Amino acid sequence: MPSFVIAEKCDGCKGRDKTACQYICPNDLMVLNKDIMKAYNQEPDQCWECYSCVKICPQSAIEIRAYQDFAPMGASVIPMRGSDSIMWTVKFRNGKIKRFKFPIRTTPEGGLDPYKGIADVNAGSLKDERLCDEIGIELTAPKK
Amino acid sequence: MAEMKGSMTSTDVLNNYTIEEIDTDVLIVGGGMVGCGAAFEIKKWAPKDMKITLVEKASIERSGAVAMGLSAINTYLGVNTPEDYVKHVANDLMGLVREDLIYDVGRHVDSTVQLFEKFGLPIFKEDEEDTRSIAEGAKPLRAGRWQIMIHGESYKVLVAEAARKALGEQNIIERVFVTELLMDEKVPNRVAGAIGFSLREAKIYIFKAKAVIMACGGAVNVFRPRSQAEGMGRTWYAIWNAGSTYAMGYHAGAEMTTMENRFVPNRFKDGYGPVGAWFTLFKSRVLNAHGEDYMQKWGSMLDDIRPYGQAKIPATCLWNHVMLKDWMEGNGPFYMNTSGAMKTLFETLPEKRKKSLEADAWEDFLDMTVAQAGLWASMDIDPGETNSEVMPTEPYFLGSHSGACGMWVSGPEDIAPKEWQWGYNRMTTVNGLFTGGDGVGASGHKFSSGSYVEGRIAAKSAVRFILDDPGYTPTVHTDNKTLAEKIYGPMITYEKFKDYSTEPNVNPNYIRPRLYLFRLNKLMDEYVAGTSTFYRTSEASLLRGLDLLNKLKEDAPKLAASNLHELMRAWENYHRSVVGELHLRHVLFREETRYPGFYYRTDHPKLDEANWKVFVNSKMNMTTGQPELFKKAYIELIPKN
Repeated sequence: MPSFVIAEKCDGCKGRDKTACQYICPNDLMVLNKDIMKAYNQEPDQCWECYSCVKICPQSAIEIRAYQDFAPMGASVIPMRGSDSIMWTVKFRNGKIKRFKFPIRTTPEGGLDPYKGIADVNAGSLKDERLCDEIGIELTAPKK
Repeated sequence: MAEMKGSMTSTDVLNNYTIEEIDTDVLIVGGGMVGCGAAFEIKKWAPKDMKITLVEKASIERSGAVAMGLSAINTYLGVNTPEDYVKHVANDLMGLVREDLIYDVGRHVDSTVQLFEKFGLPIFKEDEEDTRSIAEGAKPLRAGRWQIMIHGESYKVLVAEAARKALGEQNIIERVFVTELLMDEKVPNRVAGAIGFSLREAKIYIFKAKAVIMACGGAVNVFRPRSQAEGMGRTWYAIWNAGSTYAMGYHAGAEMTTMENRFVPNRFKDGYGPVGAWFTLFKSRVLNAHGEDYMQKWGSMLDDIRPYGQAKIPATCLWNHVMLKDWMEGNGPFYMNTSGAMKTLFETLPEKRKKSLEADAWEDFLDMTVAQAGLWASMDIDPGETNSEVMPTEPYFLGSHSGACGMWVSGPEDIAPKEWQWGYNRMTTVNGLFTGGDGVGASGHKFSSGSYVEGRIAAKSAVRFILDDPGYTPTVHTDNKTLAEKIYGPMITYEKFKDYSTEPNVNPNYIRPRLYLFRLNKLMDEYVAGTSTFYRTSEASLLRGLDLLNKLKEDAPKLAASNLHELMRAWENYHRSVVGELHLRHVLFREETRYPGFYYRTDHPKLDEANWKVFVNSKMNMTTGQPELFKKAYIELIPKN
């Protein structure tokens, strides 16, 4: 189900230091056509439909059109990703609409502390099997 | 192939490229769950002046198999013991697993899941009103004995944020594709770095490192996918997993294991959405076209497959095995009985849970396989009303899910028998080369949480490895011209011949990566037990396939790429062909049918415990460049009943 870019909405992220969709696509599919300053998917049949580009696009210019080799036409699934939750609008082929909202994180965006609760100075030994948050814990081993 | 206006062209690259050399102590190749786990752990063990570099072909926020998100964490032990976990995994993978490695994941994995919750991952609780974390005593909502449900849309974003903060922005190099490992010129069998190229600028990277943690995932699209047009992008496992872990490890001389294994997931047809929650959380069953339960109908077939068919939950491949039998009897298609399951749940669930039932079902897709939600919408499927078709997919190679491909690694000192440990946990047979997740063979069912654990273990070991040998400096042979000609080879070929024909896709002088992939896909499918033969092959068929595969690999130096994006495809698809050959040779070597339902050797159709309860390992003979295959003894560490 390849991503596509709505021509009217895409501004090529010209006010930014990099094109958001090109930055995020895990499969290097999104590229900017610099002649017209609009992005496009350069290899639609390698699109996993992960929605990373759809979620990140600051203009909401990217959507997904179902893989036409097996999906009947007319439906859409559109996310609106916020800092702590995501809203999904699922439009069925028959016009029915369902909306869902799910939490995505409990810490502020960019605000997590990876080592919270783990001692600054690691008192553990490189020679045993404990990981950095397991210092002082007795690790089990199978009975011999 | 569409014209590629955006990616830097071969002309621009070849006229302007530079070479950057990066000296580092540890090089982490791949920023998925393993790479991010390694990044997190390593900073707590490495001395302040130890340099750690992570290189990734995409952006770590959305890279690796968890890029889209996940709706469940499939390995959380809770009240289960690591022994229980070993028994479960061993049975699911037909007895052939490294129990030391699995036990090791089991004893560390819960603290890692608690770490994810601290990062900010929302985890479903048994009591919705319980606001405590798991660490504080809350009970996670179980989807099954090993699985817990999460709101995991941003799972990878969180894990990446932690990795970025741990390593520091300046030590994470993104949009660089690593093509191969570099070996030390002076010290035999020691890795000394890696080479790669930027996908955004005309630049080659030479990394010199004292230890490398290789974690580029499994291999997807080695076999011909069921969908051949746009839909071939909708693979079950992440499509960007190109087998680079296996190909690069193998070329460096690492011993490989269990490469004959593959995973053929039984999933919602075409969209490949997850079925796990439907089975375990919603208590659904898959029925044939006549509404019959194939397991009840043909379950006695498993009497012959001892002991793996007798377990309370038979091995995953055996479910496929029984379903395929029913299919051959003409009773397909098959459907997940979602409507029946929803009806039963509505009758039994407490009022509070009923409300969220529909949302839970949709979230299962929206968190990790949005395409499946889209397909249901396209088909006007309401799971409470209409059942959805289920079908086994094309084969995949991985070591973290219900599969066991990978490298043969040293186990933990306090668990592994002496045959299975050589000093550094998760180090391959190449000194200084570590791996985790899909890279570690013969130990599946780690999933996301266990893969992160293995990244953490590998990181700690890598630090110890470096500190144990303080005098070492990597020596790599890097003749710049030769290096550039190799990495940019497909671009040089393209530039040399592109004007010979009027249509650049049809040119007798070269093969483009896309066609190289299709040729690989076709031969793997037809000769190596793909979907078109219903996963059946034989010695004669495999030998014919090997002949065709050798010819394909002979043509690899003629791969051509018109821009940087296509250059990555050239290297990825070459890596895929190396994985294809490893798989083929392992299947040929193992003269039995160990994984019925995943593949069949029609000339050796039975499971043969007496002769083949052994690992099949392989290694490149570094003198001849040819693979050598051999048996390695299985050792039981945890008694099975």
